[in-house]
Amino acid sequence: MHRVNTDIEQFRTCQLNSLEKRLLNEFQHGFPLIPRPFQKIAEELDVTEQVVIETLENLQSQGFVSRVGAVFRANSIGASTLAAMALPEQQLEEVAAMICEYSEVNHNYQRNHDFNLWFVLTARDEQALNAVLDDIEQRSGFPVMYLPMEEDFHIDLGFDLSWT
Amino acid sequence: MDMKVSFRHPRLPEQLALDDQDQALIMLLQTGLSLSMSPYAELGRRLGMDEEEVISRIENLVDRNIIKRFGVVVRHHELGYRANAMVVWDIPDDRISDLGPCMGQFDFVTLCYRRPRCLPAWPYNLFTMIHGRDRDDVLDNVELLAARCGLDDLQYDVLFSIRRFKQRGAIYRKVEKSD
Repeated sequence: MHRVNTDIEQFRTCQLNSLEKRLLNEFQHGFPLIPRPFQKIAEELDVTEQVVIETLENLQSQGFVSRVGAVFRANSIGASTLAAMALPEQQLEEVAAMICEYSEVNHNYQRNHDFNLWFVLTARDEQALNAVLDDIEQRSGFPVMYLPMEEDFHIDLGFDLSWT
Repeated sequence: MDMKVSFRHPRLPEQLALDDQDQALIMLLQTGLSLSMSPYAELGRRLGMDEEEVISRIENLVDRNIIKRFGVVVRHHELGYRANAMVVWDIPDDRISDLGPCMGQFDFVTLCYRRPRCLPAWPYNLFTMIHGRDRDDVLDNVELLAARCGLDDLQYDVLFSIRRFKQRGAIYRKVEKSD
């Protein structure tokens, strides 16, 4: 395996200034729940509130920031499950495309295993979720293995970007 | 493998009780705060609540762990962490309450869930998503995890993604359209 050196994203992350790096790395959790949160962050970073807001807008428009806000615990709202199918190679693409059509499917990946198609389904309740699973089985002619989350061990403090 | 067997598992975790105003707040929070001076007051205007109530309801959702984290949500891939694998482990039931939290504390582990086994086809009951700059980096992190949490004797499998057909944030409730 070789690394591609002319990588646009790698290059772009090298261009981030220290304010951008601190905004990306230090405020992933414990965001201020006070009337002027960006003012509080501005004080910590010794810049103005307007600069914080503009910098976050830029990071968002460049695709480095998805949003500023909440990460919800799985299954705390609505019902969701991970699901997998073991498909013959020649039918994988067709079934994958069919599964992507459902608005309830938010991730869908081919992976290197006998169970070669993995997707995540999210719906308003369990009944709606089961209806989609039944529909997928019926339309594809293959069984779906479904693996709902039973316990979450992850302590989510964000992701240390460890700039070097 | 006999594909006539249905792997359907009947149980889903029970949902938590949320009142109508919490649900409306969650719906709006899915797309993130507005980047403006008073984002909570702005949410309040759209929900017919005052700023103070918006903040106390968010605090309550954080306390109840319905919101796991509140802050800047970054995109790993765009920031150079381009590889990830779903690494699945067969953990004896009597060790999972010790090993799960050990594995869930590493920052390169972005998901750590117990899920049901589906025997005999699927023996794994702990699912981790492990990130790295490239595949070798991901495998180094798997080794580090195994060493630190004492997992060397356990069976595991590393499932790299080969193709991404779809990826977007979950839509738990339909966002109301303004048109």
